[in-house]
Amino acid sequence: MFAHEFMRNAFLAGSFVALASGLVGYFVVLRSQVFAGDALSHVAFTGALAAAAAGIDIRLGLFVATIAVAMGMGLLGDRARPDDVVIGSVFAWVLGLGALFLSIFTNGSSGENGTAAVRVLFGSILGLSAADARLAAVIALLAALALLAIARPLLFGSLDPDVARSLGLPLRVVGVGFFALLAVVAAEATQAVGALLLLGLLAAPGGAARLLTDNPWRGLALSAALALASMWGGLALSYEVASLPPSFAVIAIASAFFVLAALRARLRSGFDRQRRMTGGSVFRIEA
Amino acid sequence: MAIELAGLSWNPVSDLEQLTEFPFMVQALEAGTIVAVMAGAIGWFMVLRRQTFAGHTLSVIAFPGAAGATLAGLPIALGYFGVCGIAALALSQVSRPGRESPSSESAAIGTVQAFGLGLGFLFVTLYSGQLSDLESLLFGTFLGITAAQVQTLLGVALAALALLAVIGRPLLFASVDGAVARAAGVPTGALALAFLLLLGLAVAATAEITGALLVFALLVTPAATAQQITARPGAGLAISMALALAVTWLGLGIAYFSPYPVGFWVTSLSFGLYVAVRLLLGVLARRGPEPLGALA
Repeated sequence: MFAHEFMRNAFLAGSFVALASGLVGYFVVLRSQVFAGDALSHVAFTGALAAAAAGIDIRLGLFVATIAVAMGMGLLGDRARPDDVVIGSVFAWVLGLGALFLSIFTNGSSGENGTAAVRVLFGSILGLSAADARLAAVIALLAALALLAIARPLLFGSLDPDVARSLGLPLRVVGVGFFALLAVVAAEATQAVGALLLLGLLAAPGGAARLLTDNPWRGLALSAALALASMWGGLALSYEVASLPPSFAVIAIASAFFVLAALRARLRSGFDRQRRMTGGSVFRIEA
Repeated sequence: MAIELAGLSWNPVSDLEQLTEFPFMVQALEAGTIVAVMAGAIGWFMVLRRQTFAGHTLSVIAFPGAAGATLAGLPIALGYFGVCGIAALALSQVSRPGRESPSSESAAIGTVQAFGLGLGFLFVTLYSGQLSDLESLLFGTFLGITAAQVQTLLGVALAALALLAVIGRPLLFASVDGAVARAAGVPTGALALAFLLLLGLAVAATAEITGALLVFALLVTPAATAQQITARPGAGLAISMALALAVTWLGLGIAYFSPYPVGFWVTSLSFGLYVAVRLLLGVLARRGPEPLGALA
């Protein structure tokens, strides 16, 4: 498998993108900001296709669009929590804009431009050149390191914002910084699994880790490990089964982890409830 | 970028003649009309019941349904309606309130969405069909709507609207004040299930025109605009349907004359209307209380 250069590139970029996604994704779930990740995935799609339609590097459009929107959301803070009707309307329009850029782009010249749109929507990790892969790996690694650097105040601020604020932690700065990191990771993940699927790489490992452990540091590590395992497993699976697109394989494995974690959590709570119920009935008989 | 409308003469009569010259366009307009009325009515209840996330999930699942039907050689409509119906039933089982913590629930929603979209992508890849197939499943098309499809849509819409007319009054009661409705003996659980099924039908029908990703443009935005204007159910429903119709007709008309996709026009028109109404009402509300304030 590693004899092929494109597989080596995919593993290089994929590993670091998965690492960063797993770390950021844990906080996304912890802070209940899955919706923000959803928003950024829509924006990533439209930004990338706008850049493609304008004839500039897709990555430029990706990063500029996601970071600009993320900073906006971060600065608005709690006020940027409109109801789901507004969210739905805005998202539909953003995607409609993306469809416009897509058609401008595909009408502009024919043939391979259509595949560029699919690359943005569903990722193109097997198509990365060595230079692309190295750049993606470096950016993802920097994002992961930056996140670990602010992890402690971020965790504190996420779990108990009132106490953290009273201790003088700059929660606003940390929050905006987190949004910026989320934007960078979203733009990176778009290149790996695509704009439509990046939410899975953020939410599934983070959600599974949240269900499996209450200890935040262990959860953070677990989330990164699950994301890495999904990426490696997905890449290997799509190498073995040629008709399987890598982005689908990655998301399928990540989703399977989440389902397993949810089943385990449900079984546990079932046991607990049973124990409590039998305990209760015994108590009643004694009384 | 300049948006040119090729072939538009700005003469309404000849433009309309041109618009209805080809059967595919007539069928698209017919299908659009049916879908808009249905989406406007059911969307109004969806917005009232705050079930937009259910609608969103259903619309995301519609994509693998349609792609899977294409792969299996079945009619696309069967894929849309079958999968949305099953998903609606599943949702009614899952979405019992207060089961898990909200953070893991939203993680679950995100995971389901990404997996659904990934599955759709897998089906399209396996089908190794044209990229335009993928594009039209996601972002809608008005080309290639057949007369048979229009008839299916009409049947589904009539059945859905009839059911909505039957359950409309108790559904309204249950949506506005669930606890009181339950106390008065209204079967709120059965109503919720029936409504989710209706919503699945509406999403499936809308996705055929706007594509799976843009369903909200017809289902949510006109209804949300209507509820900004009036809280009265009858008027609100009428406005919602009228707006959805207007947006669909205009969107299809402009898309016919322009090189850009119908999904873009329909989303932009409905979103533009929503923003305009919000701004207008905001201005009116600010101007409204002033005389009272002056008196006090």
